[in-house]
Amino acid sequence: MMREIYYNQALREALHEEMNRDPCVFVMGEDIGLYGGVFKVTEGLLAAFGPQRVRETPISENGFVGAAVGASMTGMRPVVELMFADFAYVAADSIFNQAAKMRSMSGGRVTVPLVIRTQQGGGRGNGAQHSQSLEAMFAHIPGIKVVLPSTPYDAKGLLKSAIRDENPVVFIEHKLLYSTRGLVPDDEYTLPIGQADIKRPGSDVTIITYSRCVLQALAVATQLAEEGIDVEVLDLRSLVPLDRNSVLASARKTGRVVVVHEAHRFCGVGAEIAALIQEEAWDELHAPVRRVTAKDVPIPVAPSLEQAVLPQEHDIMAAVRCLMSDNKNCS
Amino acid sequence: MPLDTPQLLACYRTMLLIREFEERAVKLYKLGEIKGSLHPCVGQEATAAGACFALRRDDYLTCTYRGHGQALAKGLDPKEAMAELLGKVTGCSKGKGGSMHFTDPRVGLLGENAIVGAGVPIAAGAALSAHMRGSDQVAITFFGDGAVNQGLFAEGANLAAVWQLPLILFCENNQYSEMTPITATTRTPLHVRAASYGMPTVEVDGNDVEAVYEVTQAAVTRARAGAGPTFIEAHTYRLLGHMMGDTEVYRTKAEVAEWRGEQRDPIKRTRAALLAREVSSATLAIIEAAVVATINEVEQFARASMLPDVSEVYEDIWVAAA
Repeated sequence: MMREIYYNQALREALHEEMNRDPCVFVMGEDIGLYGGVFKVTEGLLAAFGPQRVRETPISENGFVGAAVGASMTGMRPVVELMFADFAYVAADSIFNQAAKMRSMSGGRVTVPLVIRTQQGGGRGNGAQHSQSLEAMFAHIPGIKVVLPSTPYDAKGLLKSAIRDENPVVFIEHKLLYSTRGLVPDDEYTLPIGQADIKRPGSDVTIITYSRCVLQALAVATQLAEEGIDVEVLDLRSLVPLDRNSVLASARKTGRVVVVHEAHRFCGVGAEIAALIQEEAWDELHAPVRRVTAKDVPIPVAPSLEQAVLPQEHDIMAAVRCLMSDNKNCS
Repeated sequence: MPLDTPQLLACYRTMLLIREFEERAVKLYKLGEIKGSLHPCVGQEATAAGACFALRRDDYLTCTYRGHGQALAKGLDPKEAMAELLGKVTGCSKGKGGSMHFTDPRVGLLGENAIVGAGVPIAAGAALSAHMRGSDQVAITFFGDGAVNQGLFAEGANLAAVWQLPLILFCENNQYSEMTPITATTRTPLHVRAASYGMPTVEVDGNDVEAVYEVTQAAVTRARAGAGPTFIEAHTYRLLGHMMGDTEVYRTKAEVAEWRGEQRDPIKRTRAALLAREVSSATLAIIEAAVVATINEVEQFARASMLPDVSEVYEDIWVAAA
């Protein structure tokens, strides 16, 4: 049986179930106890599991992520909440120099079963230090898995897998997804990390995307279907590991690809996907791979400017129409 | 409890092993057998030997890039350590970590660290883990005077205090943050600053192995009893440069010579203390020769070992799914 629940509720269920299943799992972060986290993902966990396993931290991102690394190396399975992905810069040493490299630097003698949950993205006028999308930064450094679920179903199944994973996982939620709803099974399930999901099959154009942009892509696909353009939406769900086979299979199937993400364009994931496709499937493309991304400026607050900087549905639609047209100079 | 004579002899042997290991590493570096970074701890053997003598094998340890001594004192096999310096596959990290990343969870060694201060929160996390698992293990983190100016120290010390973690924060104040004297980096005595986090602090002569053992033992006892962290400031001195190739323009030869003297050098002091306890010089000579023989074997093992095969490049990055 399925129920319709919110994205943040799906995440909460995953945490609750995994904490029940394994006494080594605990959550740690700022305001996650009584307050339940600023996006209410951890609401109710304190009452269920107590302050030892629902551990409020000082505002010390580098310190408590570092402590989570140490705890994970010694038998625990911490799930850390970074309130905003932007704070990952504050915790950068613990994430990039410590968590990502411990296993390699020890020749495989230690494991770091650590989950860093965070949320990112714009659209709420939170400004340049609370709206960034940083997935490319995490994905660039070897040693960290990077997961970005777009639906409540994916969020729950992937978070459970992330908690059971023996590697460090950065689990990136989107602040505008918490209040979205979707069908989630009553029964327990997990989803494997590293498998993309075709959210909508199509034959003319592939939109490759992840996180909240999946919802935008699906809306665009519905509108374009009325014009007779059949759009496939491929949700990567994780960037590390990247499901190369699904990317290439879809690119070969349609021959036309738009990569959409809310992160900046320069050195972004779109560039990586475009490079992969041209290296492996050049002869099967009908047109160059297009990118729809945030503009390369800090995210401004004014709604007029923020909308102009972040990718909108009309931008995605224009890119798809361009790919379907004979005009190679459109954009 | 003060060290009895057999215990002091054991510490003396550990200190000799560390010095012989480090001096051999310096020799191998100059021969080109060791490349990259090398930060010898010559002169700081008493902090390593004394503090680790107060620990159990299953207690946790993090240390810095100048941590060879502590790693050996905690039980890291010197053969694996030297092989690691040479980048050999028989090294503790299969040659992938090198001088600044000795790691061996079998003896509780959660890693040296090449980032100043980074070991403090990691050790706090290990202490948290021990506490949450209901174990009586403790964690110790060694760091230098320079690390006390890092945010990582401040955050880790505060976590340890606010959560009353079984952690010993062991500061080796060797008077220089890399090449900069401590007078240029802080106006506050380090133990005074640490006390402001709300934990007991103690100062100790870091070149007196017996005193180092006693203050660490007291801190370990507190931590095991659930009474929280302790900050130890041990005053010591590094006799070699910060790293290989250090021009040492920031200090005088006379200053170094004084610390190498009978009154200051921790090994000479321990030897004198043992003679004063009527241990014979013949007994000491046997120990000293045995340590040299051990390090000869260690060098031979490391040099004879193979470099890792290129097929190792993608190994030990990820844990495969069960």
